[in-house]
Amino acid sequence: MENFKVVRQDSVDLTTLKIIGFLDAHTAPALEEAIQKLIDDQKVNILVDFKDLSYISSAGLGVFMGFIEEVRSRNGDIKMCSMSPKIYRVFDLLGFPTIYQIFDKQDEAAAMFPRKEPASSDE
Amino acid sequence: MPKAKIEYKLRIPSQTENLELIRFFVGKVAEKVGFVEDDVGKIELAVDEACTNVMKHAYTDTAHDKTLDVAIFIDYQKLTLVVTDHGKGFNPDSIRPPDMKEYLAELRVGGLGIFLMRTLMDEVDYDIKPGVRNQVRMVKYLISRKNSRVIS
Repeated sequence: MENFKVVRQDSVDLTTLKIIGFLDAHTAPALEEAIQKLIDDQKVNILVDFKDLSYISSAGLGVFMGFIEEVRSRNGDIKMCSMSPKIYRVFDLLGFPTIYQIFDKQDEAAAMFPRKEPASSDE
Repeated sequence: MPKAKIEYKLRIPSQTENLELIRFFVGKVAEKVGFVEDDVGKIELAVDEACTNVMKHAYTDTAHDKTLDVAIFIDYQKLTLVVTDHGKGFNPDSIRPPDMKEYLAELRVGGLGIFLMRTLMDEVDYDIKPGVRNQVRMVKYLISRKNSRVIS
């Protein structure tokens, strides 16, 4: 039974994690593993896309709490986007919008990460 | 005259892989009773948090049969959820609602389940007999008292 999946998409400026399915105490370790792997790979500009997440409990929220300090200490961030009202409400109840930037759309969130400028020959 | 209660019961291994099944069971009963979608979601999350606490904390040895019971009692005005385990129990008085300022400042992990249960449900109480039987009882009114408004 595959009830949770993380899909990783790396780009120049950031890595997007699309989380799909149910995020509870059973599936939270899979997300933990995925974020730990990003940190190990020095990918600390992380955008989590909630579009296809249908459920979250405090065990899922705990995963983000567990990593945010370390990610920010490495000059990165975890930003979030595309939450359904049901998912957003759980974040809101626990005061998370004051800790994390949460955006309606993926491109709005992506635009908030610093751009890596390609080596320029401009004078 | 109080109407007779309808009862639904589920006995299930105390393992996180069963959380989805527990939510499904409780959610379907809540839906059938007539709760609106928003409240069904709250009830599902509350039972998940209660069962997660049991699965993570109640059983620390292999002496007990590791099952938990989820019982739902319905009467004409409310749904009562009772989660029972036979693990080591805890002192509910030692669990205080997290101070949100402190929590946000420290970025503390975990410990939010009980806070959520109290926020999502209309009543939450505990009956703890360590090693014998521990119960958390949660009530949701069909017309939520927390959200009810007097319409004049």
